[in-house]
Amino acid sequence: MDWALPPNYSTFGVVIDQLFWIILVITGIAFLLVEGGILWFCIKYRGREGAKAHYTHGSNRMEIIWTVIPAIIIAILGAYSALVWDDIKGSSNRPADALEFLVVGKQFEWNITYPGMDRTLGTEDDFTVRNQFHFPVNEDVTILLESEDVIHSFFIPELRVKQDAVPGMTIPVWFDATQTGNFEIACAELCGLGHYYMMASVTVHSAADFDAWQASQAPAAAQ
Amino acid sequence: MAYAATAGRVPERGLDVYTQKVGMWVFLCSEVMFFAGLIGSYVVLRFGAADTWAEPGAVLNVRVTAFNTFLLICSSVTMVKAFAAAQAGDQRGIQIYLLGTTILGATFLGVQVYEYTELVLHQSWQGSHGFTPAAGLYGATFFTMTGFHGFHVLLGVICLAWATIRAWRGHWGADNTHGIEVLGLYWHFVDLVWIILFTIVYLI
Amino acid sequence: MATIVAEATGQAILHEEHEQSFLRKYIFSTDHKVIAIQFLIYTLFFLMIGGLLAMLMRYQIAWPARGQLPLGGIFPESMVASGYILPEFYNALVTMHGSVMVFLAIMPMLVGVWANYLIPLQLGTHDMAFPRLNMLSFWLMVPAGILTLASFFVIGGAAGAGWTLYAPLSARPDLSGVGLGQIMWLAALVFIGLSSILGSVNYITTTINLRAPGMTWMRMPLTIWSLFITAILALLAMPVLSAAGIMLVFDQTIGTSFFLPEGGGQPLLWQHLFWFFGHPEVYILILPAMGFTSEILSAGSRKPVFGYKAMVLALVSIAFLGFIVWGHHMFQSGMNPMLGLTFTVSTLFIAVPSAIKTFNWMGTMWRGNLQLHTAMLFAIGFVAMFAIGGLSGVFMASTPVDIYIHDTYFIVAHIHYVLFGGSLFALFGAIYFWYPKMFGRMMDETMGKIHFWLTFVFFNLVFFPMHGVGMVGMMRRIYDSTGYAHLQGIEDSNALITWAAFGLFASGFLFAFNFFWSLKKGRKAEANPWNATTLEWQTPSPPKHGNWEEVPVVYHGPHEYSHPDVEDKDWLAQNERPDVVSPAAGSH
Repeated sequence: MDWALPPNYSTFGVVIDQLFWIILVITGIAFLLVEGGILWFCIKYRGREGAKAHYTHGSNRMEIIWTVIPAIIIAILGAYSALVWDDIKGSSNRPADALEFLVVGKQFEWNITYPGMDRTLGTEDDFTVRNQFHFPVNEDVTILLESEDVIHSFFIPELRVKQDAVPGMTIPVWFDATQTGNFEIACAELCGLGHYYMMASVTVHSAADFDAWQASQAPAAAQ
Repeated sequence: MAYAATAGRVPERGLDVYTQKVGMWVFLCSEVMFFAGLIGSYVVLRFGAADTWAEPGAVLNVRVTAFNTFLLICSSVTMVKAFAAAQAGDQRGIQIYLLGTTILGATFLGVQVYEYTELVLHQSWQGSHGFTPAAGLYGATFFTMTGFHGFHVLLGVICLAWATIRAWRGHWGADNTHGIEVLGLYWHFVDLVWIILFTIVYLI
Repeated sequence: MATIVAEATGQAILHEEHEQSFLRKYIFSTDHKVIAIQFLIYTLFFLMIGGLLAMLMRYQIAWPARGQLPLGGIFPESMVASGYILPEFYNALVTMHGSVMVFLAIMPMLVGVWANYLIPLQLGTHDMAFPRLNMLSFWLMVPAGILTLASFFVIGGAAGAGWTLYAPLSARPDLSGVGLGQIMWLAALVFIGLSSILGSVNYITTTINLRAPGMTWMRMPLTIWSLFITAILALLAMPVLSAAGIMLVFDQTIGTSFFLPEGGGQPLLWQHLFWFFGHPEVYILILPAMGFTSEILSAGSRKPVFGYKAMVLALVSIAFLGFIVWGHHMFQSGMNPMLGLTFTVSTLFIAVPSAIKTFNWMGTMWRGNLQLHTAMLFAIGFVAMFAIGGLSGVFMASTPVDIYIHDTYFIVAHIHYVLFGGSLFALFGAIYFWYPKMFGRMMDETMGKIHFWLTFVFFNLVFFPMHGVGMVGMMRRIYDSTGYAHLQGIEDSNALITWAAFGLFASGFLFAFNFFWSLKKGRKAEANPWNATTLEWQTPSPPKHGNWEEVPVVYHGPHEYSHPDVEDKDWLAQNERPDVVSPAAGSH
């Protein structure tokens, strides 16, 4: 049984994973304190004949302690999360010169429109491939995410990317893969009968390989 | 904690308001949220698609509805009068004013039915015949909001009719005003909602 | 309206037993205790149905390619074909498991059963403020239940767009394959909403206006506080769901397009409306459980609740914050990311009162004299499991981490630690605790303890591994995970979860057996078997129609256990004058 995050292949994934492990440590300590405390109390204070419980209505000092400490931890965690979130999703941090792709979800496939050799969407040499997403490594990539019918969710686990595709909206998503490799896009939002097989292959190429791949596709798509 | 401090103190219980009235206030809070849900959606949808809204008065008949609004406001006045008559023990007054409120409420409904019929059968919308709930967001929100308000008026009219029948049997009086007051709360609420709806749906 | 006007106040009911026909006494009863028992039977039935749906679902998840569903032949071909659960049936299972559990089992069990049973008894009044409205709020649940069950057998099957009903999938039969089933479920929701609103009006009014003399706000048992706050949440949240549900029905039936982009509508509007209801709903599903736990822990530890005032404040702040955190369900929905930031802040704030409550429960146990009976075990189990559910919530409150775990089994694990390990554990505890009051007999302790340990072990075997499966990245609501490269290697975990789920479901039958067996064979219960302090224990088990011979007068707070000035016994009922019980106490 392998319960681990899949290996990470993106720049954002590094901070996301780091935050995951930080939270795991913090909540792990809280977990041990609470569960250990409960277990200890159950053994130590289990009922005995003739014993009388300690009479108290509480303690303001304790209330303040266990209000303030969690509040501080959570505030720090929240502030840090907000900074990371803004880095990843904040529209002001959208890379300016990223390579753009159009990804359209529909029951039950992903259609990816490529910018072609001129690296610009909306031009003559654009071409669309079903269920295959190729892009270059070490380069900012922005996808414009749309849906034709219902809500889907664009999920590449190894890149730590997830974004719902909503009909009627175009949602930009950007990321930067750090290694070449083969992955899958999964749909993470229930979208109908074929939700479970709404899958597309992902190939992260080196820059040269990506150009070669685009060149090989362009004529095929033009036909 | 020493017992002497708390023991034996027996403060008053509850609010100084009778239970049915508290219940109606609580229920109206829920109604506020219901209409807030509808009105909130209306605002969001309208801002999202402002160009699909018709100019005020272009599709909806504002004049007829303004008259209808006037009727509903009058019915609130007669409702207040009915309660005042009940407090004074004026049987004739209770009967007349409850009957008046019922008739005004029923007339409001009648005018609304007329308005709907005209819209569905004779009004044209974006080149096609008939303005229905399927006529874009404008039609959908219009019929949903005014329809649910109309449904509330209908419930109110049924209760009012029943209260009127009881008035003729001498049920109400200076010692029995609660039913009229609680019904009045509901009626004023329905009236208030209409004034908001009339403003945002017909006038703006 | 009419009912309110016509209703004589509950206070007017006389306490003598009057002659009533069977129909008036047991079926169309206005007695809050009978209505509570009706709700109890109803919700236990739907708890079983919801569990059954989950078992079918688990079978498919563990062995997607195997077919051979045991007893698969009894299902129509539209659900199970030659031993294989079909994808459309699987979607219905996923959707209706969630819907049934939330709306027909847990919520009415927390509120319909216990608010009805405990509010008048613990407040020391004869009945609810509006007994006939109360009856109506039960009978509105009946068509809801019938519609729900019937929807499985109509063309297209039951609703299949998830319990969250995300539009456009839920609004477009051509895209979901489900037409009538979806409409029937939405109609059921409207009935449930109305039932819940009428119930809330009753609970709130009763709590405000019908408390026994001396029952001040700060002397109310925490159960009442939690049910009162819950009723306010339901009162304000349910109508929004009703409004949204009606708009969704219109989208399906009369050609409107509130949530359909083709007509200018907005799919995200549905999500905002749904979660504006949905997040308060989450607290509706946990606050009463917190109340029962406080009560049972206090009685079982023979100690006053630690930090009563902090507990009340925490409840109130949860209720307030609960209305401004809905957006945290929508971090990856396409909502403006900056809006996400504000929801992060409110979400993190709401974690604090939950922490306060957990520590106060531990404080209640600290230096107690713990009576580890079944009810107490479930209450302690609640604290232990709720803590896990709360801590796993921190992961998704952190927006960047949520990017990865959103819509994975990590979320499924989280919600079940809160709803099953939390709410349902507390509900089991409440049933063991108040059963003697309800039926005049004790449930069997040996069976109860076995039930607790089986539930506890199997529960954790089912839901703890789901965190792991979620970390691997398994998406929610998928019919077959084996096709994905990143999900290779979790088959064993999924099979383990499924076997444990079967065990968990089976242990429910031990509870059911105990429940019905004890009705006839259980040991006779005295009025106050737990030596508890709140008012309901100071009247016979079961209480007569009208509850009290004489309205009790309350002299002090709800959980006076082990008071040092009281000799001979370790508890002091709310209607006992300390100076009468023990002269020493009054002399201070």
